[in-house]
Amino acid sequence: MQMPTPDARVLGRKAEIVDRLRRVLPADAVIDDVAETRAYECDALTAYKCPPLAAVLPANTDEVAAVLKICHELDVPVVPRGSGTSLAGGALPTADCVILGVSKLNDVLETDYDNRFIRVQTGRTNLSVTGAVEEEDFFYAPDPSSQLACAISGNIAMNSGGAHCLKYGVTTNNLLGVTMVMMDGTVVELGGAHLDAPGLDLLGVICGSEGQLGVVTEATLRILRKPEGARPVLMGFDANEVAGACVSDIIKAGVLPVAIEFMDRPCIRACEAFAKAGYPDCEALLIVEVEGSDAEIDHQLRLIMEIAKRHNPVELREAKDADEAGRIWLGRKSAFGAMGQINDYMCLDGTIPVSELPRVLTRIGEMSKEYGLDVANVFHAGDGNMHPLILFDANKEGDLEKCEAMGADILKLCVEVGGCLTGEHGVGIEKRDLMHVQYAPADLEAQMAVKDVFDPNWLLNPAKVFPLDASDARRALDVAAE
Amino acid sequence: MTPTSEDELSAAIKSAKGPLQIRGGGTRGGAGTGTVLDTGGLSGITLYEPGALTLVAGAGTPVAEIEAALAAENQRLAFEPIDHRAILGTTGTPTLGGVAATNASGPRRIQVGAARDFMLGVRYVDGAGNIVKNGGRVMKNVTGYDLVKLMAGSWGQLGVMTEVSLKVLPVPEMIATLRINGLDDAQAVQAMSRALGSPFEITGAAHAPNGPDGHPVTMLRIEGFETQITYRAAELKKLLAAFGDITLETDQDRAAAGWAWVRDAELMKDQPGDIWRFSVKPSDGPALARALGADDILYDWGGGLVWARMPEGTDARASMGGIAGHGTLVRMSDAARGTIPRLHPEPAPVAKITDGLRARFDPRGLFSPVTEPA
Ligand SMILES: Cc1cc2nc3c(=O)[nH]c(=O)nc-3n(C[C@H](O)[C@H](O)[C@H](O)COP(=O)(O)OP(=O)(O)OC[C@H]3O[C@@H](n4cnc5c(N)ncnc54)[C@H](O)[C@@H]3O)c2cc1C
Ligand SMILES: Cc1cc2nc3c(=O)[nH]c(=O)nc-3n(C[C@H](O)[C@H](O)[C@H](O)COP(=O)(O)OP(=O)(O)OC[C@H]3O[C@@H](n4cnc5c(N)ncnc54)[C@H](O)[C@@H]3O)c2cc1C
Repeated sequence: MQMPTPDARVLGRKAEIVDRLRRVLPADAVIDDVAETRAYECDALTAYKCPPLAAVLPANTDEVAAVLKICHELDVPVVPRGSGTSLAGGALPTADCVILGVSKLNDVLETDYDNRFIRVQTGRTNLSVTGAVEEEDFFYAPDPSSQLACAISGNIAMNSGGAHCLKYGVTTNNLLGVTMVMMDGTVVELGGAHLDAPGLDLLGVICGSEGQLGVVTEATLRILRKPEGARPVLMGFDANEVAGACVSDIIKAGVLPVAIEFMDRPCIRACEAFAKAGYPDCEALLIVEVEGSDAEIDHQLRLIMEIAKRHNPVELREAKDADEAGRIWLGRKSAFGAMGQINDYMCLDGTIPVSELPRVLTRIGEMSKEYGLDVANVFHAGDGNMHPLILFDANKEGDLEKCEAMGADILKLCVEVGGCLTGEHGVGIEKRDLMHVQYAPADLEAQMAVKDVFDPNWLLNPAKVFPLDASDARRALDVAAE
Repeated sequence: MTPTSEDELSAAIKSAKGPLQIRGGGTRGGAGTGTVLDTGGLSGITLYEPGALTLVAGAGTPVAEIEAALAAENQRLAFEPIDHRAILGTTGTPTLGGVAATNASGPRRIQVGAARDFMLGVRYVDGAGNIVKNGGRVMKNVTGYDLVKLMAGSWGQLGVMTEVSLKVLPVPEMIATLRINGLDDAQAVQAMSRALGSPFEITGAAHAPNGPDGHPVTMLRIEGFETQITYRAAELKKLLAAFGDITLETDQDRAAAGWAWVRDAELMKDQPGDIWRFSVKPSDGPALARALGADDILYDWGGGLVWARMPEGTDARASMGGIAGHGTLVRMSDAARGTIPRLHPEPAPVAKITDGLRARFDPRGLFSPVTEPA
């Protein structure tokens, strides 16, 4: 993985930069000690590491603005960071950058149940947003599996989703407004507690822009009343195709489950060995969850089971109580841990049209044989977001490279069948160079034009998202200007 | 000009010498200057997969054609696009491109989101003639920047959409409306807030101080299987008992007609004056309405969307005081034309971004800004 050469002029001015930052931030909020900056050398994509020039931990919007103003003036790249759980290397530093961490920005600024929103500082973790409104039986809907750790700022930057997004949508569908600081230090407010914005939907572009357009310091989020109850049903099938057809029949029937999860045989086996959830031994397994009152759940599950029966399931198991529901989810929830137990693995993230599911799984099976690497599949099947886990042996010479090549082939396959390179983890550095597969040069130009407007000198999180060759000229701009 | 393909459209834009007026069905009237660029040739549904809840169609496709195709599979556009022909007195056939370009969304906005939330992908031609695609036809996609949202509600300022892919949803088995008569505006918003804060999945919450029957009416919509309707209606009646008697409308046609009346602000049809549309937080709705002193008021979105019919040429925004939100001038009389901007003015740093984006997407300034009258 290639990164641009660090700017020698910035490296040479480290003392001046740190000194300027110290003048606008409390002493403990500027970290330049080489050993301490190592805490920020990578995110959850640990294969790539690089300590930053310095890290700063501002505590409010004004401090963020002061930091950005200085970095803008001194031409220092800035990499915003939430909790560092990105799996795409989105928060990976460069040696010439300042990491701007929002971990001190974690206050709740306003809760309003009548108008159903909460306003928070963006360093607050996803789960603790729900925590702040739980007493009144409300919740914040997007629920990435990393929700205990990940920050709202990272969720906004990556437009994160979770298991329940089939019904509730992802971050962009639940974000009402932000306070954002532009690279030159200007503070802008986009959206608010009201539902739609006049003019261009800039909020919609900020969401999912991977920390490249501005630093988001506050967010207004939609909160929802918790459903009365939820219950899953587990169904096993003897072919992927059959499970796929069952998914689309459920959707067509007008039931709107909150989650439809799909696991293939290798995944079922691994999870079963690890978590002993009592899963059937079959080719494909679905977990479908619906919400409502008891009677409403009964009704919906009855419909779903009738549909499933038409597909000759090898197993059909409705949770009768919380304990059984827990066991149905247990295997799925431990999927990643289970795979980690038996092997090193690489977790991919791509999306396909649901109708292509059988074809894609068959093709992945063939690739698995061609490359000689096992693959286990878990899917958010309702929305076609797949997470193939490629198993490899990190100690075996050449295995990682083989794994990466196969991963790229699978993602290309996703694009080929009408899907995309990433459904929820983002592009970061991981998929940067694959962007050509999904987008023509004009498509990438249009996106980069947006960055030009927000951050003309390309100082915010610069070498991410766009293939280096596509963004070269722009990143060189401010160097050339000197 | 009426291009029939992206390439033709691209060539036409490249060779354009002056301003262009992008027109779908032209239901917003014939105003505006420049050569008319009719999207009618970019029409037709190219893909529809009911089992995947996705539909892709040319931007010039009439909304009615899409709704008919969906209805055949018992599906629908859940964001309930508004038909403004009644209040604007225009004719024409609303198109998918027009819906996307205006982010037209109806009462269900509060529960499922706006048009932008259902747009999965777009193809468009920018002001330099470049053919661009963004997004795709899958539900989850975080590959690069989300320009789909930028195009949604862009009013044709950034490019001409040629194709839009949409997420669609099944039609529920049944809809029902709970009605409370006689509430004042503040009580109505309280009642709606209480209902919207319940777990009963309200899909419409509107209040008309001067309803179809001439008295105040507060309306709450629930949708789903009959079991859900029965249960939720009973629970809501208990929850809202303090607000007065609640009647339940389960006649499907009458319930649907009621919500079309709200969606299209039909109350204001055939009435004189300018029509404004304000977006505020619901609890601010009644105070805003009081400050406006309008001839007619209609609340949608639980109180957060305030329709106001005002005397011609009134700058209603001046009455907002400290209330956060914004107002759009939807129907403009000659008295308002040229004096009152259609969209709420943006703060300077935001305007700078908007101008920057327009300059990038439309370097020759071919596309009209959104200051034009209806
Ligand atoms: C075990 C595990 C499970 C996961 N499950 C899911 C899942 O189910 N769904 C899902 O979508 N993702 C998942 N992820 C990925 C990751 O958790 C999400 O992308 C998350 O939103 C990142 O949040 P963060 O605070 O850790 O961000 P970081 O990793 O710190 O940063 C992510 C991006 O956000 C930018 N950023 C951070 N703060 C700001 C700011 N203030 N302003 C502007 N940009 C900013 C960064 O520059 C970077 O580009 C998972 C990760 C792990 C490790
Ligand atoms: C705040 C608001 C105000 C509205 N005001 C009106 C109104 O005044 N009149 C009205 O009829 N409806 C209005 N609507 C509703 C909506 O515009 C119509 O219901 C319908 O969607 C218009 O379709 P059309 O094809 O007739 O569009 P048109 O009337 O032809 O165009 C509407 C707008 O969309 C642009 N546009 C159309 N097609 C494309 C395309 N393919 N690519 C890019 N831009 C395109 C046009 O340039 C124009 O700015 C409004 C909606 C909202 C939310």
